[in-house]
Amino acid sequence: MSSLAPGASRPRLSGLRIDPSVALVVAGCVVIVLGAGMVSPGVLSLGYLLQQLQIAAIVGILATGAMLVILLGQIDLSVPLTITGTAIVSTSLAGSGNPLLETLAIPAGLLGGTLIGTINGLGVAIFRIPAMVWTLAVNAMLLGMTVFYTGGFKPHGAPPPLAVLMAHGRFAGIPNAFLLWLLVGAATTFMLKRTVFGTYIYAMGQSQRALFLAGAPIGRTTVAVFALAGFLSSLGGLLLTGYANQAYQGMGDAYLMPVIAAVVIGGTSILGGSGTYLGTFVGALFMTLLSSILSLLQMPDAARQIIFGGIILGMLLVHRSRRAA
Amino acid sequence: MIWLRRHARLAISVVLLAVLFALYIAIHPRGMSVYVMTIWSNQGALLALAALAQFFVVLVRGIDLSVGPVVALTNVAASYLVSGSGLQVAFGALAVLVVGAACGFANGAAVVYGRVPPIVATLASGSIYSGLALLLRPTPGGTIDDAVSDAVTYDLFKVPTSLILIVLVVLLLAIPLRRTRFGLSLYAIGSARDAAVMTGIRVPAVTLASYAIGGFFAALAGLYISMVTLTGDPNIGPAYTLNSIAAVVIGGVALSGGVGSPLGAVLGAFTLKTISALMFFSGLPPLAQPFFEGAILAIAIVLGALGMLRVRSRLERFA
Repeated sequence: MSSLAPGASRPRLSGLRIDPSVALVVAGCVVIVLGAGMVSPGVLSLGYLLQQLQIAAIVGILATGAMLVILLGQIDLSVPLTITGTAIVSTSLAGSGNPLLETLAIPAGLLGGTLIGTINGLGVAIFRIPAMVWTLAVNAMLLGMTVFYTGGFKPHGAPPPLAVLMAHGRFAGIPNAFLLWLLVGAATTFMLKRTVFGTYIYAMGQSQRALFLAGAPIGRTTVAVFALAGFLSSLGGLLLTGYANQAYQGMGDAYLMPVIAAVVIGGTSILGGSGTYLGTFVGALFMTLLSSILSLLQMPDAARQIIFGGIILGMLLVHRSRRAA
Repeated sequence: MIWLRRHARLAISVVLLAVLFALYIAIHPRGMSVYVMTIWSNQGALLALAALAQFFVVLVRGIDLSVGPVVALTNVAASYLVSGSGLQVAFGALAVLVVGAACGFANGAAVVYGRVPPIVATLASGSIYSGLALLLRPTPGGTIDDAVSDAVTYDLFKVPTSLILIVLVVLLLAIPLRRTRFGLSLYAIGSARDAAVMTGIRVPAVTLASYAIGGFFAALAGLYISMVTLTGDPNIGPAYTLNSIAAVVIGGVALSGGVGSPLGAVLGAFTLKTISALMFFSGLPPLAQPFFEGAILAIAIVLGALGMLRVRSRLERFA
């Protein structure tokens, strides 16, 4: 994963010219919305599209964390249980009846996610374990902890009111969740483009060895990126908790693949070192629209999976062969 | 001593498995018996075949997230094809293996000719394969030939048949991998792709073949699962993808490619299955077992990575 990919493109820091992969995904979004609009005109209404932005915010915030890790040339497979764990911790506290614990619900959830991310980062930075395996093991342990804690039953508690407000509320007609996502996106874009930390992230994905020789703190940067990704996963998890109004076992499982697909479709190299936040943004929109519209058309699960995989593979093939040409 | 140093990673795997197995037999209420051994070996063999599927792809610096979906698809295919007369069963099994190899070939084509990174190519193709499995058989069912199933899931002269088969597979793979042009090409591509190209190795063709072989082993796993469970189940996939990756890593196969052996992958798979089996008889409260299973998995992985802490030059870590 950390090896140098022959032909990996340099990070596009200009941001002024239109990224072809972004244009492709935007075109994809337009095609599926117009296509579905012909079958079911309700899709073209403002209400439906705003609702899509609301749902896309969850995938988008999760994809932000995933993107940072992928930019390093690593991957975080502990996202599902980071989401579920955060949801269980925060709903337990928010439903405890103790005012002090109730106010701590959201900070505790976010702290938990950050802690999980830190553990991920330490395993990768100190033991040099491939992130794919280490985060998988962390995910397995977290699964064990949630099973032990909930006793295999539906966890008790209530969603934190703030999470519900963020997930369902609107400000001037715009879903709060989408506004939160814009905020996260703006902060991430600033961090990636304007700070030394952001430059380290791209550089590490390009060549860890060169960055080490340049005297950059490789270990600290790795841990910090994983911790930040854990934080963002738990933020997405809290939003999902508010949206679903509850916590339940397995609530994060359905998000791992779409989140990674959103990042990669948006043009971020899975080998690290290249990709723009705008790409991830439209990638998350695309994945949300695709899955919403497939369920709107009442596709059976089998057909949905085939179409889902086919479209992702198709987009990657178009994207790649054009770049190669 | 030199042999031990060269094979230190494999030795760790063997010792780890031996310790876990001894512990398992010690706490198993029925102790050492042919029956206990057969169950243990069958469970291990299922994952070992999936781990071999992962091994061939990882060896050429790839990763196959569609191992589970291919296992599920071929398992479902077997529940339609592997029954009837002797000839039908034989051709059915062959067809199942062809399906698996074709899935692997398609993955390889997307990676080699489509230039899509393996992790996302197989993520997407896996979605297609598991969709196909669901389409073919929405709920578990179907029939598998009893006679064949009995022949491969019991024991032969008090040795589990599955263990004999796995040992045979490992032996059959060991020599071609280390002694033929094709085998050495696989290792060469995994350790230094550019150098392999310069050497004149037909990198695209060999990589493609490696993915197809991976698909073939995933199909063997799917076929063998149908022999053990006697049904086709479209939902068995996900666990096999993740466990096959964990198994090869525990077995000392480097995810960066070019390092590892089929024996390592098989040992890793049996280690993982022994851990789960240990948990079942450990007397731990059932609700606490998944956590300890995860924790032992993490410890096994960290043990495998301990070598990294001894690296003198920090620069070597990033090589």
